[in-house]
Amino acid sequence: MTPLISIRNIDKSFFGAPALRSVSFDIIPNRILGLIGENGAGKSTLMNILCGELQPDSGELYFRGRPFRLEGPAAAAEAGIALIHQELNLFNNLSIADNLFLSRYPRRGPWIDKGAMHDKALQLLHQVGLDLPPNWLLERLRPGERQLVEICKALHADAELVIFDEPTTSLTAAEKERLFQVIDGLKQRGKTIIYISHDLDEVMRLCDDIVVLRDGRMVDFGAASEFTLQRMIASMCGCELEYLFPIRQGTPQAQVLLEVRHLSAEGLVEDVSFEIRKGEILGLFGLMGSGRTELARLLFGLEPFDSGRIVFNGRILEQPSPRRCIELGMAFVTENRREEGLLIDGTVQDNLVLATLNRFVDFARFLDAEKMASESEAQVRQLNLRCTSLKQIVKSLSGGNQQKVVLGKWLLARPLLFILDEPTRGIDVGAKYEVYSLINHLADEGAGILMISSELEELTALCDRLLVIHRGEIIKSFTKDQFDAEKILEAAFHL
Amino acid sequence: MNDFSATTSLMHGIQQLLRRNFVLTLTVGYFIVMSALLPAFASSRNLANLSSNFWPLLSLVIGQLLVMIVGGIDLSQSSIMALASVCGASLMCQSADPVVFAKAPLWNIVFSEQGGFLAGSVFAVSAAVAVMLTVGILVGFFNGFAVAYLKMPPFIVTLVSMMFFSGAAIYLTASENITHLPTSFTAIAQKRVLLPIPVWIVAASAIVVHIILQHTAFGKKLYAVGLNAKAALISGINVPMVTLTAFTLSGFFAALGSVIYSARLEGGRPTLGQDLLLDVIGAAVIGGISLFGGRGRVRDACAGALFFTLLANSLNLMNLSFFIVNIVKGGVILLAAAVDAWRVGKSGGMSKR
Repeated sequence: MTPLISIRNIDKSFFGAPALRSVSFDIIPNRILGLIGENGAGKSTLMNILCGELQPDSGELYFRGRPFRLEGPAAAAEAGIALIHQELNLFNNLSIADNLFLSRYPRRGPWIDKGAMHDKALQLLHQVGLDLPPNWLLERLRPGERQLVEICKALHADAELVIFDEPTTSLTAAEKERLFQVIDGLKQRGKTIIYISHDLDEVMRLCDDIVVLRDGRMVDFGAASEFTLQRMIASMCGCELEYLFPIRQGTPQAQVLLEVRHLSAEGLVEDVSFEIRKGEILGLFGLMGSGRTELARLLFGLEPFDSGRIVFNGRILEQPSPRRCIELGMAFVTENRREEGLLIDGTVQDNLVLATLNRFVDFARFLDAEKMASESEAQVRQLNLRCTSLKQIVKSLSGGNQQKVVLGKWLLARPLLFILDEPTRGIDVGAKYEVYSLINHLADEGAGILMISSELEELTALCDRLLVIHRGEIIKSFTKDQFDAEKILEAAFHL
Repeated sequence: MNDFSATTSLMHGIQQLLRRNFVLTLTVGYFIVMSALLPAFASSRNLANLSSNFWPLLSLVIGQLLVMIVGGIDLSQSSIMALASVCGASLMCQSADPVVFAKAPLWNIVFSEQGGFLAGSVFAVSAAVAVMLTVGILVGFFNGFAVAYLKMPPFIVTLVSMMFFSGAAIYLTASENITHLPTSFTAIAQKRVLLPIPVWIVAASAIVVHIILQHTAFGKKLYAVGLNAKAALISGINVPMVTLTAFTLSGFFAALGSVIYSARLEGGRPTLGQDLLLDVIGAAVIGGISLFGGRGRVRDACAGALFFTLLANSLNLMNLSFFIVNIVKGGVILLAAAVDAWRVGKSGGMSKR
């Protein structure tokens, strides 16, 4: 069978740093190709080339056996290539139908043909199983539904090749399931798919072929049936990671660090009670919108609460503020590091010292530049943070290293309690392992940890205890010996 | 071979110098070219004139710098200048014409035929200057409070302040200039202690602000708020307080500029600084202070103010009409803003990836 697209010896460098080195493989029509690799392996660069946003330095592309060049995104769309981006390219203040037809409205003379638009939109939405009125504003839709709208756009453009870049990072389990069905449906309709994900289980499940990139090179290629999880990981990091998770050895201490009693906040959480002991890793599991992030924000003083009591390290927190919480020894790693965790245009050091600036001033209120540099340097070493210098701009770091910057910022504050909201979202396997080890280490040293995650696997591997939150209420608690994925999921879905 | 690599490294060095000090290099280049084209440009009289325009402008640009670092903008600086000018002048003037000021609301309350409330007092000038600076601080505080605690957009807050307080300045004096200021006040702009006094005042301010920005926790917090206010809040920074302080300082520096201008013009003018807004924002943007927040240093403010002063002065020497001068100034600011957007966009600040 003629490949839909053949990639031959593609090279691409940025400012002398090679991002792709002589990459060659075929994209077979009507199959799902899984593209995996650690952050910085070259996946995004390759996809940007396929979408015409970047031009390769050398090498050729063939479309159905004929050489072709992609001069700009319009050319890629013309060739039938659609990219479903991690951050969706949609307009929240426009209707579903407007979003679908923005680039080519159906017309009658000079006017937009509203009737045809409505009918066509309904038909497209039905194809992805999203039966909503097309005149709804996009902002009414949940993230998973928005993604389906993006897929409709690709369908409308009659794309041959649909590329999914990390499509499941912000989806709930049910939404993921629906997305997979839609992707299967696309395949049955003869479309070709490239699927990029850090979730190796998903890739195994969904894909027909797998390509592994590492340091800009293609290091492994084959039918998905020939791959195992171990082989994928080994190819990705060029090493043998025998276990996905480090072994947790420590046990919680007796002393209670954080005590929450009957905490309620209108529309966020309802009568929540729990405690965290020193050295304990407490997991908080729930679907998106279940109140898990909201609870974390309440504890850190980012939202006010109506009633209830928070006692931290023996002190009652009355309407806390982030500043007060930090003073008393809390740290909060937010789920969205770009928007809330980092000064993305700042340097590594600017970010590392951000939460502890007041600790670096001398008697005359001047910052001690040497002390800041040396303590930052120590964090970089301890966290194995890969950066060219402390002056490197955080934006140019990989996702895993960016997350290490956020963690380093809080480690400098030497907190007693870490609230970690999705600490491993969007980072590669190697960095995940390092983050897990760090969490273990912190707990062993006596810190309390509240860990929120959508990945049940990592929670069950790491946590001493697990709470399930549903619609703002803690509905179930599991101790380590009771961990059972099925039962936890049942609780989360409130079955 | 060695010669060649020496040349390339020299070229590289020059490139680096140009990149880091682009505006300053541009300014020097502009100065050289204009000196050749306009004989009057480099004359000692014009240089003194340049200096007297540069220093008060720099004071305003430094205030603007602080607000722009936190991602704001202060359009009210010119109205602060006007209000501070009439408040100070009315308090310390030594006499006033009853015919001219008959309709001024301040007449016979703050000042009268015998001069201002403070006229004749030993502390007249120092007290009046203190009042002027306080006016700036209060208006700046008002702006900052509305932005930081009422969460109103800086653009609209300071636009309203601009309208309100410049209106107030005109109203208070019935649109008349207050003259007959004490010589010890006008001396601020006219006497020299080795260098003209404004040079000492503004240069010292610039150095202090530089130290605050680069070597104190507060400085780092200003940049952090401008780069990402959410992340700053979560990192325990008192974001509203930092924002409030930046706006208050901007008001202070506007008032400081007002002191120098009023002393130079020997009067309290309700229209003082009316067309300075363009110059201040223009100088800030040309200096490379980002309109998007989080970027900008005192030396950028200096370079921008210097370039803008040279530009305005050279355009005047060419005997161009006021309108043409404004068209050229506007074009230059637009260009600088485009460069800013391009630079921020290139580093990905505004783009999605």
